[in-house]
Amino acid sequence: MTYIAKPKLHHPTLACNAIGFTRRDYEGKISTLCAGCGHDSISASIIQACWELDIEPHRVAKLSGIGCSSKTPDYFLGQSHGFNTVHGRMPSVLTGANLANRDLLYLGVSGDGDSASIGIGQFVHAIRRGVNMVYIVENNGVYGLTKGQFSATADQGSKSKKGVVNTDSPLDLVGLAMQLGATFVARGFSGDKKQLVPLIKAAIAHKGAAFIDVISPCVAFNNHAGSTKSYEYVREHNEAVNRLDFIDVRAEITVDYAEGEIIDVTQHDGNIIRLRKLRADFNTHDRVAAMNYVHAHQAKGEVVTGLLYVDPDAHDLHEHFNTTEVPINRLGAKELSPGAEALAKINNSLR
Amino acid sequence: MNAQIETRRHPRIEATNDFVVKFANVNGSGSASANELFARAILRMGVPVSPRNIFPSNIQGLPTWYEVRVSERGWLGRRGGVDLMVAMNPQTWDADLKEIEPGGYLFYDSTRPLPASKFRDDIHVIGMPLTAICNRTYADARQRQLFKNIMYLGALSILLDIDAREIKRLFAEQYKGKEKLLDSNVQALELGREHAAQHLDPIGLHVQRADNVGDKIFVDGNVAAALGCVYGGATVCAWYPITPSSSLAEAFQKYCMKYRVDAETGRNRFAIVQAEDEIASIGMCVGAGWNGARAFTTTAGPGISLMNEFIGLAYFAEIPITIIDVQRGGPSTGMPTRTQQSDVLACAYASHGDTKHVLLLPEDPHECFEFSAQAFDLADRLQTPIFVLTDLDIGMNQRLTAPFAWNDTREYDRGKVMTAEELEAGRDFGRYKDVDGDGIPYRTYPGTHAERGAYFTRGTSRDPYARYSERGPDYIYNMERLLRKWETAKSLVPQPILRSTGGEAQDGVIFYGSTSPSMAEAIELLGKQSLVLDTLRVRAFPFPDSVGEFIRRHERVFVVEQNRDGQLRTLLINEFGIDPARLVAILHYDGTPITARSIAAAIAAQIRPTKAKEKMA
Repeated sequence: MTYIAKPKLHHPTLACNAIGFTRRDYEGKISTLCAGCGHDSISASIIQACWELDIEPHRVAKLSGIGCSSKTPDYFLGQSHGFNTVHGRMPSVLTGANLANRDLLYLGVSGDGDSASIGIGQFVHAIRRGVNMVYIVENNGVYGLTKGQFSATADQGSKSKKGVVNTDSPLDLVGLAMQLGATFVARGFSGDKKQLVPLIKAAIAHKGAAFIDVISPCVAFNNHAGSTKSYEYVREHNEAVNRLDFIDVRAEITVDYAEGEIIDVTQHDGNIIRLRKLRADFNTHDRVAAMNYVHAHQAKGEVVTGLLYVDPDAHDLHEHFNTTEVPINRLGAKELSPGAEALAKINNSLR
Repeated sequence: MNAQIETRRHPRIEATNDFVVKFANVNGSGSASANELFARAILRMGVPVSPRNIFPSNIQGLPTWYEVRVSERGWLGRRGGVDLMVAMNPQTWDADLKEIEPGGYLFYDSTRPLPASKFRDDIHVIGMPLTAICNRTYADARQRQLFKNIMYLGALSILLDIDAREIKRLFAEQYKGKEKLLDSNVQALELGREHAAQHLDPIGLHVQRADNVGDKIFVDGNVAAALGCVYGGATVCAWYPITPSSSLAEAFQKYCMKYRVDAETGRNRFAIVQAEDEIASIGMCVGAGWNGARAFTTTAGPGISLMNEFIGLAYFAEIPITIIDVQRGGPSTGMPTRTQQSDVLACAYASHGDTKHVLLLPEDPHECFEFSAQAFDLADRLQTPIFVLTDLDIGMNQRLTAPFAWNDTREYDRGKVMTAEELEAGRDFGRYKDVDGDGIPYRTYPGTHAERGAYFTRGTSRDPYARYSERGPDYIYNMERLLRKWETAKSLVPQPILRSTGGEAQDGVIFYGSTSPSMAEAIELLGKQSLVLDTLRVRAFPFPDSVGEFIRRHERVFVVEQNRDGQLRTLLINEFGIDPARLVAILHYDGTPITARSIAAAIAAQIRPTKAKEKMA
């Protein structure tokens, strides 16, 4: 059950990060998802990314909608405030929360039913607005909690476990996010943590709307032959355009880059995303070319993964709104009420 | 071009500072500003007026009316009936004519002669060839149209003795720095005055300088509520355009840009999002409220319908938000530019499952300001959605109202928020635990403390420590605690206002919101017929116990409201378990604001038979 907390026993030899936390300090309650669920791997990747980035857990706000994926924020970052909102509406709640306090890190976790079906409108507009957040969709093409119905990302012609063929064409969240002006767009695979952890780290460091679509197979309802979101299918058709390392400016660069072309992308805060290009014909800074590439390869049945687009000079909603540096939830009557004298003037102007 | 049609079969109405003028215009013809000048000029003469726009869902071409009640005594509701009709719209001529009181006056554009059959013989007709004069004076088509309005304003100022200097002063304020416009408007006004002075016979309606406006201000409820939000400390406004609430969000933006920009940094102490729909609007408020900002949305009935799921979440997860509903005619798109009080039940019990919400019911712009500011304190104190229910009549019409007041020593009540220091000191934190017996638990803002105070917010059931739980006793504990909180709310909300005759009256009246000014006049009209009643103006839901006591003290209570189903009456019956036969519904719901005469007539019709029986006995 989700209210069973893990025992807080830390082995003395567990490694600590720069702020003295072990990996266990970033964990949450015991997952109630099915054994082998891709979502649990994503939770583990989030834990790993936050630990490696030395993030104070209580400075993270994790928000989700409704569904299997939306349950996961209870399973990581137990010291963070979490909010399991309503189905498909996490983006608006996250937007409001972000407006109230710009100093926290906002992590939105959603699923393909939550974001692409019922919540497509809110997904679209949160991305358009450039809300500073990491928005992860744990994409398995089906509704898990209601037992296996198709979601809007299910490929046309794919077969459900009950043998029903999906006749609707799929929504491609990655293509959509790029078109909508997301300044960081990536796709990962829950079965490839080596690729996913640096993607999450880079998304966290990105100031703006960062979107990661993570293909995350549903072992209970969408891991069979005929599915295009199964472990087997994704492994066979994974077309990674780059491998990525997130380099903290404070850390020494120790990774060995022997092969392929290396590109360093310096983010706002000075941190560097180091990309090792796996495809010579792919350019991460060209939104239109990236969209074309992704669409062309998807048409061939390939699942394009990696960092697909990044704008290192991104701006977020607070910059658009010119809001104060001090989070507005800290302002009191002194800062907010114009005062009795101003009101007397207003009264006079209304006579 | 006959200025007067001789009709003397009914004595003409003679009245000073107490009459109703109605302007029938075509939407988009520029009449609105001339009509407003008419009302303001009388106000500047110290005579209270209350104008009402009765307008279509349209930008140009459909009929629109502006009804001005002139009342030295300060009756600000609609009286009913029209003493002078300024009929500028041929489309509505027949209906407009019918509304004039016998002995009343018709002012019209007599450029094109009309057959006698188009008039009534019991009214007094004043024709002025407005189009002809304008066509003669102006070459530009737009000027011909616009100055026609100013010209009838000039003529009316002669007929009604309105001080032209007041109109000119208003022009000067309006066209400050635009002298060319000022001159041309004054010229049009003078043209109208000259014609009226030379060609029109005097009438029996007059404005006479008085001193009954005092320090009152003239403002609409949406502007007032927006200011209340600014003073009340709202920092996040998320909204979606919908009549009649849009001007509230726009006024909030205007005042924020003036009063909420940090002088040193030039940065904004507010965030306003025009969201993609009402669901996102309230979602943003929920997020901001959860994270410790004062957030509000403003909407109308259709928006409330869309927001229902989130309202339930905010109720159950206990998140402070403020929702200002400027009610209009429903259901569905209904009558989007007409007024009603028909969202009462939809708001009181919004969302699925067992829910009840706090409603504040302002009567005028002054209370729109007060209640909007107070709503944020109540939302934080009670950790729940607070509805401010106004309507189009209050929201979009300028009303004479008591000036806004603010005490600079007033601090915001942020409710029970546990601080980092308290958490550090080891204070027990159970997000949904009732530690004070008032049903209100403590909350923490995200990011407060490194190891303590974090909790998971959800719409699913949980135990007092916010841990997911489907156990029956945990669920019941929570639902009963929410009821205790509801009891606490009764003493915090604005209390009802009683006007008692001191034991003389057997019958009572309960009313609320925009019905208030007409109700006050109706009580006087009834008094003239020796029909006395105690009245109780309800200002909030949950109803304090005094509302139930008022009902118990009276044999029969009339519940006056502006909807079809008697929604407040239903709430009263439901909350107090009262015999429905004791609550008599007096209803008005055609989309126009309720009138004093209609209330008085409906109540008198119910009371009289009883009085007659008493006399016989």
